[in-house]
Amino acid sequence: MELADLYRDVILDHNRKPRNFGPLARADAAVEGFNPLCGDRLTLRLRFDGEKIEDVKFEGKGCAISTASASLMTEAIKGKTRGEAAHLFERVHELLTDDRAPIAEDLGKLAALSGVREFPARVKCASLCWHTLSSALNAGATPPASVSTE
Amino acid sequence: MNSILKQTPASIFDVEATRRDFPILARQINGKPLAYLDNAASAQRPDSVIQALLDYQRRHHANVHRGVHALSQEATALFESARERLVRFINAGSIREVVFVRGTTEAINLVAQSYARPQLRAGDEVLITGLEHHANIVPWQMLCEQTGAKLIVAPIDTDGEVHVQTVEAAMSPRTRILAFAHASNALGTLLPVEALIASAKARGIVTVVDGAQAIPHLRVDVRKLGCDFYAFSGHKMFGPTGIGVLYGRESLLEKMPPWQGGGDMILTVSFAKTTYNALPYKFEAGTPNIEGAIGLGAAVDYMTSLDLDAAHAHEAALLACATQKLSAMPAVRLIGTARRKVSVVSFVVEGVHPHDLGTILDEQGIAIRTGHHCAMPVMEFFDVPATARASFAFYNTFEEIDRLVAAVESARRLFA
Repeated sequence: MELADLYRDVILDHNRKPRNFGPLARADAAVEGFNPLCGDRLTLRLRFDGEKIEDVKFEGKGCAISTASASLMTEAIKGKTRGEAAHLFERVHELLTDDRAPIAEDLGKLAALSGVREFPARVKCASLCWHTLSSALNAGATPPASVSTE
Repeated sequence: MNSILKQTPASIFDVEATRRDFPILARQINGKPLAYLDNAASAQRPDSVIQALLDYQRRHHANVHRGVHALSQEATALFESARERLVRFINAGSIREVVFVRGTTEAINLVAQSYARPQLRAGDEVLITGLEHHANIVPWQMLCEQTGAKLIVAPIDTDGEVHVQTVEAAMSPRTRILAFAHASNALGTLLPVEALIASAKARGIVTVVDGAQAIPHLRVDVRKLGCDFYAFSGHKMFGPTGIGVLYGRESLLEKMPPWQGGGDMILTVSFAKTTYNALPYKFEAGTPNIEGAIGLGAAVDYMTSLDLDAAHAHEAALLACATQKLSAMPAVRLIGTARRKVSVVSFVVEGVHPHDLGTILDEQGIAIRTGHHCAMPVMEFFDVPATARASFAFYNTFEEIDRLVAAVESARRLFA
């Protein structure tokens, strides 16, 4: 268990300067994610162009892991289709929770999240935004919902 | 500053000898000596408590208040002698005023359901303060839903203090119950208990004191305080989990209906009518947590074997040292700066989320609590999602505070 493995430079950088942070005009989906354990809260907003995620932004307060994970996620899914984003959710979920899951090179910067595996108490921090995304993708045309890690 | 602090009366308290009584304190965590600074969540147990639990389980276990056989009589004697020690420890009037419960939470629920629910009418008011633990909020909210009573909250100030005048201003002719913490778990604030009780008494308001955070740090004399109910948990005072005490004035307990029905709380049962047992057994349905009570009795013995004034002076010195060193760090903001506090320091570090801080400290073997401390309204009041909280017992050391401060500084640098 190495602290440097959890707080890699990519994570620290995305915590300091979260990408795609702020409001999103004309959002098609807005879902709030909440981790009652630590009080972390984030709102994810998506705008679609057909099946494609045209833009995505997030707002909220959270720890370094949850902020960096959300920042990395928004970078990774922008321009992807709903199906591709849903697939990415599955792969990251496996990366965070399965010790034996290989860290595929094509995950790019997202691979930096794999350090969380050694810190079971922090897995929910990293997965909050991804569960929020999954909920937003499944919500379809229903009104904004909220999702909790508990 | 530090050297002055170390020369306070605390220096006559033998911390190293006390530490040897607690086997867990010798543990290494992540290759570092454990610095256990999460005592407000749960305190560690001395060898004597562990031994009492073992002895009971290896030699004396049987059900209590039942059999005529030797083991049942031994178990009953041990169980009841633990109760007697608690009576003396808090200076209750008699064993009839000391009810064993699972913990503070159950004690407050018992008062809400058994004392308050039959009495309160729609429009009556239950008054609490802004710094309460969820255990002293939610049972009253449930009661209010059941009875149509209103929950009124007396606010705290920006230091996290509760002022008698503020509480009095929140009282009305309809106030029936005043429930408040003796000490705040999230902030450490010591409340002006005597004045609050006196003020409530003068108006005929029943007082319920959540003593969970006070009982490990103060001498509590319930009859001197004059409260109607006082609740505390065994595991905050170096005893086992799952056991606690509700103290209630006998005249009130006497009038209250049982809270749960079952065995042990009855004298006779027929299908036509059941006669309830005497106090305190009326409120102890079912086989109780026998070893828990015995362990708690051993914890009382342990505490009374210490020079408690010296132990408390040592805690006060630890609090002063931690407060001074943490507040000297520009990035640190203390949450809860009341003048009178128990040894709890809540804080936030600019640029470092409490959860990240908790992980970084854990790597150094330092255990603190991070989160909302079951006091979400307090977090909202101070506009923080969570805090880091270091809470000290008499077995903590100045060196552990130095390690805490150094680890906070390294966390700050990591995220800068």
